[in-house]
Amino acid sequence: MNGVHDMGGMDGFGKVEAEQNEPPFHEKWEGRVLAMQRAMGYAGAWHIDDSRYAQETLPPQTYLAVSYYQRWELAMEKNLLLRGYVTEAELKAGHSLEPTKPLPRKLTKDVVDAGITRNSFFRQQQGPARFKPGDRVRTRNINPLTHTRLPRYARDKVGTVELIHGCHAFPDSVATDRGDDPQWLYTVVFDGREIWGPGTDPTLTVSIDAFEPYLEAA
Amino acid sequence: MADHDHDHSHEHGSELSETQLRVRALETILTEKGYIDPAALDAIVETYETKVGPRNGARVVAKAWVDPAFKRALLKDATAAVGTLGHVSPVGDHLVAVENTPQRHNMIVCTLCSCYPWEMLGLPPVWYKSAPYRSRAVKDPRGVLADFGVKLAKETEIRVWDSTAETRFLVLPMRPAGTEEWSEERLADLVTRDSMIGTGLALTPAEIAK
Repeated sequence: MNGVHDMGGMDGFGKVEAEQNEPPFHEKWEGRVLAMQRAMGYAGAWHIDDSRYAQETLPPQTYLAVSYYQRWELAMEKNLLLRGYVTEAELKAGHSLEPTKPLPRKLTKDVVDAGITRNSFFRQQQGPARFKPGDRVRTRNINPLTHTRLPRYARDKVGTVELIHGCHAFPDSVATDRGDDPQWLYTVVFDGREIWGPGTDPTLTVSIDAFEPYLEAA
Repeated sequence: MADHDHDHSHEHGSELSETQLRVRALETILTEKGYIDPAALDAIVETYETKVGPRNGARVVAKAWVDPAFKRALLKDATAAVGTLGHVSPVGDHLVAVENTPQRHNMIVCTLCSCYPWEMLGLPPVWYKSAPYRSRAVKDPRGVLADFGVKLAKETEIRVWDSTAETRFLVLPMRPAGTEEWSEERLADLVTRDSMIGTGLALTPAEIAK
């Protein structure tokens, strides 16, 4: 979806301000939100792209106004409601009122290390890769209303395949509950001028990681 | 800076307490429903507060600086190479290391969300997840570098890697001059988090002596 989360190339947000000696969490609740998100992910309640999509579908004014972990918390509430793990009445009451919906597993203290180890996104390939390093490709001009990982600034642009990362779960499919639909994944590099036009710093190149359905031969 | 942050949290005091209440309610509900175990949450928070941080990445970089075979392996398959170092936490399957040279400077961003090599660098700083960085890194990386006080030669190629999938990128910064005799452990002290994102350079011996 063409949401406000797709920020590459937007102007007007100002300088990057780094905080010196920044702590991992600024408030205790931030750590709880992160940990709940990890625990629910481990439990199999939803996938990482469902979390991203839930954030992307927050009202744009909310997305921009709240902090990072507030966004996570709001997205978690959305996924809990959407998938029937909690009800509005429970959120309002602050307590469980309904029977529990079963989950495949639970993150307990003894398996925390396994629980926070990142999943592999490699999947069984469904066919040979269409492109190889060095191939010229054009990104498709797609504007799906749902989750995609092809940023707006990199659509309908000609670039070169540089790396091939194997076959991965396809976020556009996962986030719409259509399964993994495994796709080949490539790093595609563009000349800065192809993206931002003539007059761009000629030393700039930008790459994205592009799933095969985002690409056609150029 | 500390005073500023203090004022900032007062400004949003009521908003923050509403969030605290929401988060507490959510934890209560999920615990009562048996989905989560608060003791496991404690352990996760502790891990990110005390165990996972840029020191992991710094050790990898320092080893690459002193061990050419490891460096080759790292650039070829970073997941496998890091996996051979028992003391570094597992990185999942999709780590790619990219090397800075006098000809080319690499910078990592996630324009769509906040993808970041947690296992190598810990949790991303607020600026990495912020709109100013996500919007400008792909369009005006030299301007972003200037915000960090970094100025590169104008002929240096700048390569920005937008982490749009589950691949995670680690910048292998250039080894500072004057460190030829340094041990791997001492070298690791020069490797800052920002140098592994590409918004900074490794510290020089003079800078660390300050």
